[in-house]
Amino acid sequence: MKNCYDLIVIGGGPAGLAAALSAYENGLTDILILERDQVPGGILNQCIHNGFGLHHFKEELTGPEYAGRFIDQLEGTSIELLCDCMVLEITDEKVIHAVSPKTGYLALEAKSIVLAMGCRERTRGAISIPGTRPAGVLTAGAAQRYVNIEGYMVGKKVVILGSGDIGLIMARRMTLEGAKVLACVEVMPYSGGLTRNIVQCLNDFDIPLYLSHTITEIRGKNRVEGVTVSQVDANRQPIPGTEIEFDCDTVLLSVGLIPENELSRQAGVPLDFRTNGPKVDENLQTEIEGIFACGNVLHVHDLVDYVSDESARAGKAAAAYVKGETAVGDYWNITAGDNLGYTVPQRVHRAADGVQIFFRVRRIFANSVIEVTCGDQLLAKFRREHMAPGEMERINIPKALLAKADGDITVTAKEA
Amino acid sequence: MKQIICIGCPKGCHVQIDETTYECVGNACPRGAEYAKNELTDPRRTLTSTVVIEGAAIRRCPVKSDRPLPKAMVQDAAKALDEVRIEAPVNVGDVIVENILGTGCNIICARNIAKA
Repeated sequence: MKNCYDLIVIGGGPAGLAAALSAYENGLTDILILERDQVPGGILNQCIHNGFGLHHFKEELTGPEYAGRFIDQLEGTSIELLCDCMVLEITDEKVIHAVSPKTGYLALEAKSIVLAMGCRERTRGAISIPGTRPAGVLTAGAAQRYVNIEGYMVGKKVVILGSGDIGLIMARRMTLEGAKVLACVEVMPYSGGLTRNIVQCLNDFDIPLYLSHTITEIRGKNRVEGVTVSQVDANRQPIPGTEIEFDCDTVLLSVGLIPENELSRQAGVPLDFRTNGPKVDENLQTEIEGIFACGNVLHVHDLVDYVSDESARAGKAAAAYVKGETAVGDYWNITAGDNLGYTVPQRVHRAADGVQIFFRVRRIFANSVIEVTCGDQLLAKFRREHMAPGEMERINIPKALLAKADGDITVTAKEA
Repeated sequence: MKQIICIGCPKGCHVQIDETTYECVGNACPRGAEYAKNELTDPRRTLTSTVVIEGAAIRRCPVKSDRPLPKAMVQDAAKALDEVRIEAPVNVGDVIVENILGTGCNIICARNIAKA
């Protein structure tokens, strides 16, 4: 195996596959994908439900089918894929240290790198649920892998904490496999998941959703025997006297995702504390030249279709960088203003051909307006009938409007 | 008027439908009106599940119904799949169960899985 590539992509999930294919289509031939699992496709392999691909392929696919479409495209290209390979370290000189049973220890040089490591789930430790420490407390994604790939049933009577999409999907999945899902409990006054998933995963199976509630105790010695659920006040503090007891043997956690950036941090890539992902420009280039980031390692997405689009842009930009065609010049910063949790990208070249900005709002909005401003100057305005923290928003600022900016740019949301 | 939340796409339109004329408001696209009408007359869902696969590196093969099943039969169909055992290799689109429970819907393979 050679030890120098034009582009090395870290991660062979949806982001990595789309980035590598896009770099290839844009003229790079010398590309290597490093994947730690035994097969490419990443998390999509265990997401056996449908709903993927409506934007990208204009049809509704399951996760494995969506991944398969990209994996099939690798055939006939010169893109190399090394699975079962764990990357240990990336240096700021773009040297990648990795190990795999097939190749042993590897030190690979890359002219450009795309970070596509995805994200991982927050666990019980991250949210500190009081109670004992019995078996039967799993993240929803871990349960999903056990059930859908390994073929193990993880429990019979289930309470789900958190109403993120994975939790909702697992509520339905456990029900279809014969478990009884007693409740889905959400600390916020609104669900963190897509409305369609509330309908088709909870309502279809009469699973109650407790908003503004949380688990205040887990009981059980060896195995979970029950949980106490309490209502919370506006400050998310449990209200005494509102306790509900559930007899269950399993607790599934769907309490958020964290971009997996240990490698980025080691390489010295500056991170944004709001997204927990690298700070990038409009080309998804991090603050280290030639290192790009896309997909859930950059910020957590709701839809894989958006991951594919974003990653294709990162792959294209990596190809341009290797060919010496990358954008240069000064930046404007893009700031998350009132009611926005973050923006991606965090900065844009002043002379860029426009910029696509992703963001999340901090609360639910009905009729509302997104404003893009530069000082007192209004650059662009977008109307929305509905916005929620669980739904990532996307706006496009064309070159003509971006050119009007004469300073840093702020994006805000407010009622119309 | 009845409110139906469309599950056709992630937008999740809140469609108001008249129960006699099936006239709709609140849907952003024609699929919303079609979905709301179907919810009142013949609600259906696509089933996705897994079946046991032998001779492969993994133990379960993802499958789906090639078209939506009557909603009331989804759980029975999922149960019927518990008994199904297949042998690798399989490819996306292979029919795993023909005409499941007499619904006219086939259960098809959703992942290419090679022989281990």
